[in-house]
Amino acid sequence: MMAIFEYAPAPESRDVVDIKPAYGLFINGEFVDGSGPTFKTINPATEEKLAEIATATSDDVDRAVQAARKAFGVWSALPGAERAKYLFRIARIIQERARELAVLESLDNGKPIRESRDVDLPLVAAHFFYYAGWADKLEYAGFGSRPLGVAGQVIPWNFPLLMLAWKIAPALACGNTVVLKPAETTPLTALLFADICRQADLPPGVVNIVTGAGDTGAAVVAHPDVNKVAFTGSTEVGRIIARTVAGTDKKLTLELGGKAANIVFEDAALDQAVEGIVNGIFFNQGHVCCAGSRLLVQESIQDELLDALKRRLGTLRLGDPLDKNTDVGAINSADQLAKIRELSEIGESEGALRWSPACELPDKGFWFPPTIFTGVAQSHTIARDEIFGPVLSVLTFRTPAEAVEKANNTPYGLSAGIWTEKGSRILWMADKLRAGVVWANTFNKFDPASPFGGYKESGYGREGGLLGLEAYLDV
Amino acid sequence: MSRLSVRKTYKLYIGGAFPRSESGRSYPVTSPKGEFLANASHASRKDARDAVVAARKAFPGWSGATPYNRGQILYRVAEMLEGRRAQFAEEVGGGKRAALEAVDAAVDRLVWYAGWSDKIASVHGAANPVAGPYFNLSSPEPTGVVAIVAPADPLLGLVSVVAPVIVTGNTCVVVASEPSPLASITLAEVMATSDLPGGVVNVLTGKQAELAPWLAGHMDVNGLDLTGVADADLALRCEQAAADNLKRVLRPTQEDWTADPGIGRMTRFLETKTVWHPVGI
Repeated sequence: MMAIFEYAPAPESRDVVDIKPAYGLFINGEFVDGSGPTFKTINPATEEKLAEIATATSDDVDRAVQAARKAFGVWSALPGAERAKYLFRIARIIQERARELAVLESLDNGKPIRESRDVDLPLVAAHFFYYAGWADKLEYAGFGSRPLGVAGQVIPWNFPLLMLAWKIAPALACGNTVVLKPAETTPLTALLFADICRQADLPPGVVNIVTGAGDTGAAVVAHPDVNKVAFTGSTEVGRIIARTVAGTDKKLTLELGGKAANIVFEDAALDQAVEGIVNGIFFNQGHVCCAGSRLLVQESIQDELLDALKRRLGTLRLGDPLDKNTDVGAINSADQLAKIRELSEIGESEGALRWSPACELPDKGFWFPPTIFTGVAQSHTIARDEIFGPVLSVLTFRTPAEAVEKANNTPYGLSAGIWTEKGSRILWMADKLRAGVVWANTFNKFDPASPFGGYKESGYGREGGLLGLEAYLDV
Repeated sequence: MSRLSVRKTYKLYIGGAFPRSESGRSYPVTSPKGEFLANASHASRKDARDAVVAARKAFPGWSGATPYNRGQILYRVAEMLEGRRAQFAEEVGGGKRAALEAVDAAVDRLVWYAGWSDKIASVHGAANPVAGPYFNLSSPEPTGVVAIVAPADPLLGLVSVVAPVIVTGNTCVVVASEPSPLASITLAEVMATSDLPGGVVNVLTGKQAELAPWLAGHMDVNGLDLTGVADADLALRCEQAAADNLKRVLRPTQEDWTADPGIGRMTRFLETKTVWHPVGI
């Protein structure tokens, strides 16, 4: 069967992107050297070095914050309509350079080009368009129109450019200036974004990008002249940031981890549910904070659903992220791969049953096959801890009440999925689930017009939509 | 022969009941002139934990009640408070006229918040016009159990911090004004007789510095309102402890309780849930 349906390779050309051997920090509209030691960013699919990246020390961060502070006077004084035009320009340039950005994102992150091209980039442009439109309409949103000042933003490696857009677009629309630190394993698209800011003639200092690891991020968060801190990442780091910001006047929003339940009832459209489950946990290699990592399936259809799911997993294609046929790309880093392996081994040692489709892994790079654990109990580590990889834990339930109980049995509260044909049950479930985003008969849908964010230890604040403005205004 | 008055024993308000502190402690409350008024219960951290348990237990029922019902009950609290104006004016103290004005303001504030119960979702929710065939709606929901350190103002201040938290469906544990807790406990009596389910509001009297850190660090508390904390170091420690389970924190503020409160105190302790559904036939 494999032979009949084999696909010819369809590699995207990497010639569309010009990667420099080394990158500096982007401060006050210029690329400048960092004071810390450089580090390399690699292609996780091949372990090939892509570029040398500068490390910003606390002095460098200070320079960036000062540049942002100075630019704040100019930027916040601009009429909203003028700020809007800059954001529209940026959105347009992103569209113009979408292919280049998508290829670079896949090279640096390891995600399939199909996703960076068809999901990430359109959403990135859409975010800038959406918030561009708000810049001159803030008075209608109900939060006032006073910006906060300098926003310090720290973003993760799973959606490098999309997270940048989520942070920078609303901040700028509201009249703030930003110092953004991308993740150390995926800085390249943020640095290319700096070039986009220059092409758009954005005033210097409005956007500053400082690269580095945790220390650089900590310096951004702790800087006394930063008025607003926005972070997306792990709950563990979110806690540290909340402690750092305590006792200050800084406004804080946190988008943290999740352990979403994807709940499938016996009357669900099964094939659609299977697609939703696959999309829920194997999209972006499961490197998604709202990934549907706990499948709760009604006991009566467990076997049927699992058979269908395993069949579907057998058709997923893992490999070269730049191949347009690829469904599952590379794990972003060796560290992340080690974490996924460790948690999967714990899953086995605690008694859950592990299954993966026959799947050849490339020799080089960081790879992990799509994996399902059955026989998972709520007490198991893999049902409680976020794995942040392509690993699905399967649990069962008998009644809707039990499904709610199990779904909510987590300190997280970011997202959830419900699959059933019965409308009243969807609304009942959606009402009972303690999660910030509930997808009914769909999963992992995002849109700039739609607020996103969690309950409980998944953080606070919302990004996207009208409510996303609240985070960047002095309410 | 003059009649000796029957004094009231001021106790705690937990789960709809009025227990003494399990610690058996009390502390004297005096008027601004230094006259002895009563011995207030000196709540312990065990009382605080019991209050959190009561608030958690009350949460599903209260948050599941219709907004209309919650509004009716808050309005009922205002009615009952109005009926006891004279008593409250005495307990609030100060000049008689100022005291009556404070009580009236508290009644009016309750009525104002009561009216928000079925409007906040319209004002703070959103219909999201996403690109694609999806129905997508964001609605506010209560965050859960909120611990409140009430400001010194024992009636208007207390009403101003409690009403916005409960009108949106949260339940709460309140550390009452430390120097003047008596009106707060009397307000608890009003709430207990206003169809407010037991456990929705729990009132502790005692030492702020002793109770607040335990509530701030409690893993079953979802929100922390530090409005009444005057000690910056205590506020800092509470905010840091709140980070352990990422409580939503309202930092200490100096507020003019007679000013228009705005909706910030309600939205601070609201989550937003966005529900997506495909559109098709």
